[in-house]
Amino acid sequence: MSAIITLSLLAILVLYLGLFNAKKALLPISLLGLGATLVLYLIEWGKDAEPLYSGMVLFDHFAVAFSVLCVFVTVLIFLLSKDYFDKASTHVAEYYALIMFSLTGALLVVSFHNLAMLFIGIEIMSVALYILAGIRKRDFASNEAALKYFLMGAFSTGFLLFGIALLYGASGSFDLAEIKNYVVNNPQTVSPLFYAGILLLIVGLAFKVGAAPFHFWTPDVYDGAPILITTFMSTVVKAAAFAGFLRLFYFCFVPLQDFWMPVLLVMTIITLFVGNITAIVQQSFKRMLAYSSISHAGYMLFAIIAIGPASAGSVLVYAGAYSLASVVAFGSLIVVKRATGSDHFEAFNGLAKKNPYLSLALTVAMLSLAGIPLTAGFIGKFMMFSGVLADYQVLLVVLAAINAAMGIFYYFRVIVAMYFKPIDRDQIVLTGQYKTVLLLAVLITLALGVYPACVAGLV
Amino acid sequence: MDNLFILLLFPVLGALVLAFVAHAKTAKWLALLMSLISLGLTIPFLVNFVPDASMQFEQRFAWIPSLGIHFHVGIDGISLPLVLLTNGLIPLIVLSAFSYDYKGGFYALVLFMQAGLLLVFTALDAFAFYVGWEVALIPIYFICALWGGENRIRVNLKFFIYTFLGSLLMLVAIIYLHLQVPSDDYELTSFYQLTLDSSTQRWIFWAFFIAFAIKMPIFPFHTWQPDTYTEAPTAGTMLLAGIMLKMGVYGVIRWLIPVAPLGFAAYGQLALILCVIGVVYASIIAFKQHDVKRLVAYSSIAHVGLIGAGIFAWNVQSMQGAIIQMVNHGISVVGLFFVLDIVSRRLGTREMSAMGGIAKPAPSLALVFLVIVMGAVGLPLTNGFIGEFLLLLGVYEYGLWYAVFAGLTLILGAVYMLRMYQKVMLGDMNARTSSFADIKGSEWVVLAVVVVLVIGIGIYPKPLLDISEAAVTDLIDKVGPIER
Repeated sequence: MSAIITLSLLAILVLYLGLFNAKKALLPISLLGLGATLVLYLIEWGKDAEPLYSGMVLFDHFAVAFSVLCVFVTVLIFLLSKDYFDKASTHVAEYYALIMFSLTGALLVVSFHNLAMLFIGIEIMSVALYILAGIRKRDFASNEAALKYFLMGAFSTGFLLFGIALLYGASGSFDLAEIKNYVVNNPQTVSPLFYAGILLLIVGLAFKVGAAPFHFWTPDVYDGAPILITTFMSTVVKAAAFAGFLRLFYFCFVPLQDFWMPVLLVMTIITLFVGNITAIVQQSFKRMLAYSSISHAGYMLFAIIAIGPASAGSVLVYAGAYSLASVVAFGSLIVVKRATGSDHFEAFNGLAKKNPYLSLALTVAMLSLAGIPLTAGFIGKFMMFSGVLADYQVLLVVLAAINAAMGIFYYFRVIVAMYFKPIDRDQIVLTGQYKTVLLLAVLITLALGVYPACVAGLV
Repeated sequence: MDNLFILLLFPVLGALVLAFVAHAKTAKWLALLMSLISLGLTIPFLVNFVPDASMQFEQRFAWIPSLGIHFHVGIDGISLPLVLLTNGLIPLIVLSAFSYDYKGGFYALVLFMQAGLLLVFTALDAFAFYVGWEVALIPIYFICALWGGENRIRVNLKFFIYTFLGSLLMLVAIIYLHLQVPSDDYELTSFYQLTLDSSTQRWIFWAFFIAFAIKMPIFPFHTWQPDTYTEAPTAGTMLLAGIMLKMGVYGVIRWLIPVAPLGFAAYGQLALILCVIGVVYASIIAFKQHDVKRLVAYSSIAHVGLIGAGIFAWNVQSMQGAIIQMVNHGISVVGLFFVLDIVSRRLGTREMSAMGGIAKPAPSLALVFLVIVMGAVGLPLTNGFIGEFLLLLGVYEYGLWYAVFAGLTLILGAVYMLRMYQKVMLGDMNARTSSFADIKGSEWVVLAVVVVLVIGIGIYPKPLLDISEAAVTDLIDKVGPIER
């Protein structure tokens, strides 16, 4: 808990720093604070977790592992932000503060033990994001993104709240343990309200993770928002939303699996195909990544379909692999866009000649997203496939395999552009922070791919 | 020194070093040195190998304990010839690229691929096998797409997606099998001990078969092959045809048939027929080709079709033939592509009509080429003979008519190969070919080694056959009688 308090105070402190125009101090202080948060979480690891504050939050291994992932990825994003925010807006402090507020919400989402806390967490996370998506006040796309995200997000939150209310009506409590007891004690006589509540919760949560058919906001919002905000949305927010999704379902709804599993199964298949097929036809790298994030949501839903003790580990590895690769992809996009002014695939033409290491990093990221062995992405996919096959969903996995092959089309397009379409271009100069982030992300991606034993059994 | 892990790791280290060498000349000599050390490291395995059915030089480490995955490798009589082939051909392939100014990155990819290939040929854990399988694919994609011909981007993407889809299906089958294993691991032996019902084994058969059939390739999964072979740089074509397609054949022997014998019983005949169709079909198309490289690409489909037919016939003769023919085909095809590379590089074209009469200005090349062509055709006293003989004998045991059609490969092969030889080497000289320079320098080394191997194995193939005999007999016994 001390970690979340630290983080909230840090965000407020950063706001004040902005007020007093201490621009230079923003990033170091933010990073320092995030580092402290990480340490506080790591201390929490291994302790016997008890629900805190009358059962509001529970910092078990699950919560700590996902929190560490979220904070770590935020650190990477902040490192990329060095001169990005200065160019994007004059309100630099707000950027940092809002991202940290959003992160606080994400941390609550991964550690909730009470549905009220889930709702509050999602709201804290989202409200900050609505502002961040539209922070470029004079940019039309950014405005559109913010409005769309806000309207759709508010709508879906309504569903979520309605679902929570119905669960409360049926079980008489917001507490996860109580709800679980209700399901376990009345296996035959679960109230219809409860079932309706589960469906509404699925709608609300599917919206947050960007799963079809509730994904329509994703491409426009991802495309319109500033790149670093998109990075934050597609990594931290997505990982947190999935963790919350899984936590709720694993804790409470496992006995009712027969009821909700077919619904999620259909959604997963639609998500995979929609994400992959639309990604193939994209011309913009950024938009392609938006659609690819939809398809990855489909793969991550596998863990909820095959819900069980192994699910948490698979989502953690998958979300970690996906986040690291996304950070590299979006980070490369930032520098390429700065150099060429375009986020199309053509902007990457001939990059390998002038920036071999940047290209190599992006290639590793793409291979990881495509799920090629010796990268973290493969281990993630492998664990997902294993989990679902254990449930005898052979057909689903075969469909997923076809989708994974489709993924090659669009992930390799940028590799093809970088390596096989030589044109004259200027070398892109990378700052130290960029090099650090890319190197770190690539090394972890490869390390996880070669020797995943260190993380796979963690949760 | 017979540590298998070091043998597998060395090419990876070599690749890491080479990746940072920008100077072309240093890179090629360093790559040659690395590949020769790899070859040297193979010798202790050959010397210490006991030609019985046992698995030798085994090494097993926990890899991902929570998922039951081990890094488990070992060599038996079936994998040793392929390990030898891989490590023997890589130096030749490196040497054959000497005339081009490739930087370190190129050789790094070659060595990285070598590691993947070796892992495939030695893996005794399905996960390790799959990793090797995919690891071999990435470097060859980059080799072909970076240094290939005009259409390389489209062609290689097709190749990649095709093989990737196939291997994903295999991955599904592997995970499924793993979930049936009571001891919760991915061991080959655990897979062998499974007794699944027939309907399960049938789809397992297809999941594996498609992956292997695409790699080999077996008709009708071959459509990526001619384009990819033609567009690839010569070293890439050599890797693809000389070694990589053996991954598919090896997979059928090691994984497909013993793991899903009931599936094999149900569809083995169909697979054999597809192989035989491939033999005839590819031979006929090869005859119509004008591009020499494309001709050899199609001939490769025909040859591998015969090898596949031998495996699906599943008896000792045909299997022995298949294994020795895998080695022979690797040697011959490297020789063929290298000679054609020399010719087309000097003439600036691959069109047969633009060639002719090269034998006169370049008699050594003509002689060497003749020996290699004879080996590819399967003339007695060359390496191709013993393999094709055993294969046809085995297929004949399976069924007369299969042998008759598969045997067409001998006749048709002779026709299109000799036609090619005639058009390239004999006949009248034209303006271009009259000033053709004979082989020299590193070209001599490669071709001399190939010729020695072609004739050496042709005259005395026994050592090679002895390596695999016990292992093959044992494997066939283990699988037991197949009720077709």
